[in-house]
Amino acid sequence: MKTPTLKIENLKLGFKSFSGTNAVLHGISLHIAKGEKVALVGESGSGKSVTARIVLGLLQEQKNAKINGGLEFEGRNLNAMTARQRKELRGTDMSMIFQDPTSSLNPVYTIEVQFHEVLKRARPDLKRAEARALALQALADVAINEPERVLDSYAFQLSGGMNQRVMIAMALANNPALLLADEPGTALDVTVQAQTLKLMGKLVEKHHTSVLFISHNLGVVREFADRVYVIYKGNIVEQGKTETLFDNPRHPYTRALLSAVPRITGGGIPDIDDDPAHFSAPLIAHEGFSEKELLA
Amino acid sequence: MSALLSVRNISKTFNVAGRDVTALENISFDVNAGECLAVVGESGSGKSTIANIILGIYAATSGDVAFKGEMLPAKRTQTHRQNIQLVQQNPLSSLNPRRSIGASLRLALDVHNIGDKSGRDKRTGELLEEVGLPEDFRKRSPSALSGGQRQRVAIARALACQSELVVLDEPTSALDVLVQARVLKLLKELKDKRGLTYLFITHDLSVVRNIADRVAVFEKGRIVEIGSTDAIFTNPQHAYTRRLIGAVPVVSRDEAALRDRLMEQENAND
Amino acid sequence: MSKTLFVLVRNPLSLIGLMLVALVVFSAVFADFIVPFPEHQGAVVDFLNFNKAPEWPYIFGTDLVGRDLFTRIIYAYRVSLILGIVVLAIAVPVGVAIGLAAGYLGGWTEYVLMRITDVFLSIPPLVLAMSMMGLLEPTLTNGMIAVTAMWWPWYTRLVYNLARSEKEEGYVLAAEVIGASRLHIMFREILPNCVPSILTKMTLDFGFVILIASSLSFLGLGVQPPTPDLGSMVAEGAKYLPDSWWLTVFPGLAILIAVFGFNLIGDALREILGVDQ
Repeated sequence: MKTPTLKIENLKLGFKSFSGTNAVLHGISLHIAKGEKVALVGESGSGKSVTARIVLGLLQEQKNAKINGGLEFEGRNLNAMTARQRKELRGTDMSMIFQDPTSSLNPVYTIEVQFHEVLKRARPDLKRAEARALALQALADVAINEPERVLDSYAFQLSGGMNQRVMIAMALANNPALLLADEPGTALDVTVQAQTLKLMGKLVEKHHTSVLFISHNLGVVREFADRVYVIYKGNIVEQGKTETLFDNPRHPYTRALLSAVPRITGGGIPDIDDDPAHFSAPLIAHEGFSEKELLA
Repeated sequence: MSALLSVRNISKTFNVAGRDVTALENISFDVNAGECLAVVGESGSGKSTIANIILGIYAATSGDVAFKGEMLPAKRTQTHRQNIQLVQQNPLSSLNPRRSIGASLRLALDVHNIGDKSGRDKRTGELLEEVGLPEDFRKRSPSALSGGQRQRVAIARALACQSELVVLDEPTSALDVLVQARVLKLLKELKDKRGLTYLFITHDLSVVRNIADRVAVFEKGRIVEIGSTDAIFTNPQHAYTRRLIGAVPVVSRDEAALRDRLMEQENAND
Repeated sequence: MSKTLFVLVRNPLSLIGLMLVALVVFSAVFADFIVPFPEHQGAVVDFLNFNKAPEWPYIFGTDLVGRDLFTRIIYAYRVSLILGIVVLAIAVPVGVAIGLAAGYLGGWTEYVLMRITDVFLSIPPLVLAMSMMGLLEPTLTNGMIAVTAMWWPWYTRLVYNLARSEKEEGYVLAAEVIGASRLHIMFREILPNCVPSILTKMTLDFGFVILIASSLSFLGLGVQPPTPDLGSMVAEGAKYLPDSWWLTVFPGLAILIAVFGFNLIGDALREILGVDQ
């Protein structure tokens, strides 16, 4: 297959503290092909968020973090890059959107100024007028009806849903190859979240952007992702195509997760087999969807 | 069925930065003894405001709240407080990080003079066991507990007051899926065992479907629909209710089918 | 490894601070046993040995009436520590109580209490102390009263800000819904959460109390002779610089050691207790 946008191989992460080393990731492997929307699903403490930060190169700067494993972005070895080279990738070739849109935007600058900053990362000598034009276009892409007003506003003057769309627009402004989304929409109302995710899906398809979608919300993952990796306590336990994984979950952990989600069709609250010993069963990859098979 | 709590014509206006913001407009509903009434809405719906008014955290601008037929004043006495208790959303901040679990639980017993002093420590242990935690957790600090465990302690604290009505404000929204399921199960068991009445505030419709007897749907400070859970989910009358159900990200094909059916209805009505 | 040990080991400065403070406290407590001339703390005169440069057995030299400077410095530490303890023992509870009330109760209570606090805070500390001493007789006790009077508002401000943010926390709401009394909420719920900041500030303050007291004595307003005080010694000796340099240098160094030491462990304590300021 063609070079995947992102390839993670046997990634391990530990944090050093006064009480020893705390292992968070025990060797996870995943990849994202060009234009693919891949979800990394897990509960809190599973290691999904730190994985995103490692891809971006943010965690490597933390002194007490011990990281090793293969990290490839569009065929380039990320581990062999210097901190500066990693920094150059951010905002241009790979970007990230976060859980709470309003607090992720700088409160003291208008949206236009922040947009300009983002656009300048790819084109350092971009003039303000041209940046504004590009920003207006980007905002129109995320279905914002009054882009002029939004550009001149501050984050706190806009609603959460609006800020989320602004953040998506800014993240995609430089047409990155990879978009990392860390629990996007979690802070939003459910109706707004649904709209926003639909919009995001359309946009990434249009630009052929690869997406690493990190979430604990199984419903959202089912609607958005092409393929799913389920992560439990620093290990990938199941992976496969979204449809097949949801119709037929095979790993005890995935099954427990899915059965625990309340259904709008009713059925009460089930008894779940939540014996942690069962959750540590080895990785189950659905047919044709193991790393080896897909990367062959 | 008798109404345990009666809310009549409650309105609430806040003055925010010089402007008047109407959070609630003429809200009236009953909570029947022994039922679980869910209040659902998005942000700005007023669902938290009505909970706070019922709990006596602040007063309504107009209207009244009656408990067992008796009007509740804006400033509550300790007896009033004992009748209605609260389980909050955030398990991290609802327990004092500088006090042991036992101390936080004992507060309820001390304030309302429940049991005699010498037996209260033991009682806190019993409460912990009732919510599925070992009684020696009394001595622990909240930071040593997981989110789910802390939430159980919060539930135990609400039970400690021996109140009849428990207001639960997004009690499982901050919890992981598996933990949420366990806590919801616990809540249901406790309600059945102790004959409690729940006012369950949430934005999560799938939780509501499985725990509530009746549902009140709030939008921008008004109740747009109220009825039995079955009715609301199989045949929602109001467009907003349909949109809300339609927006729920579902995990199974059955649910997707239900959702599509409702959205068809919605689009047909436009 | 416990967190305390970890912080101390990772940051050698905090170890230095600990050693300095231990030195100060030890010498103050065991002064009687370690000084060569215990009687020199009082009104003793030895004109045969006056104004001597450092030489054995007068390792810091002697002052103008022949008293061993080392002895007097050690006793001065004792005076300073007592002063620090007394001042903080009164200023802290008063300041904290006012800050808690203002921060939690709000309304008129907050307004009145904080305006009074602001008045005290707006007067430069030394000026306030000096004005008070102008009205009172210059004695150690009155010096302590003056320093206490200017010290409590800083704790009020600290705890006021903490209480105002803590009162929005879930556990305060929970206690209110349970029906706990306001006094309980202030002192049993909110106060424990302020303790790390208060303790850190107290440690840092110790050094400053010593400094302020020394400044007062330097101006002749605090401790009176013959009681040894570091500030007075510096003042006295300053007139004889640079010839009798030991008269100023050693007491000055002593002040420096004490203040620096307390500052360093204050910083370490802040890290150990996890105070984020």
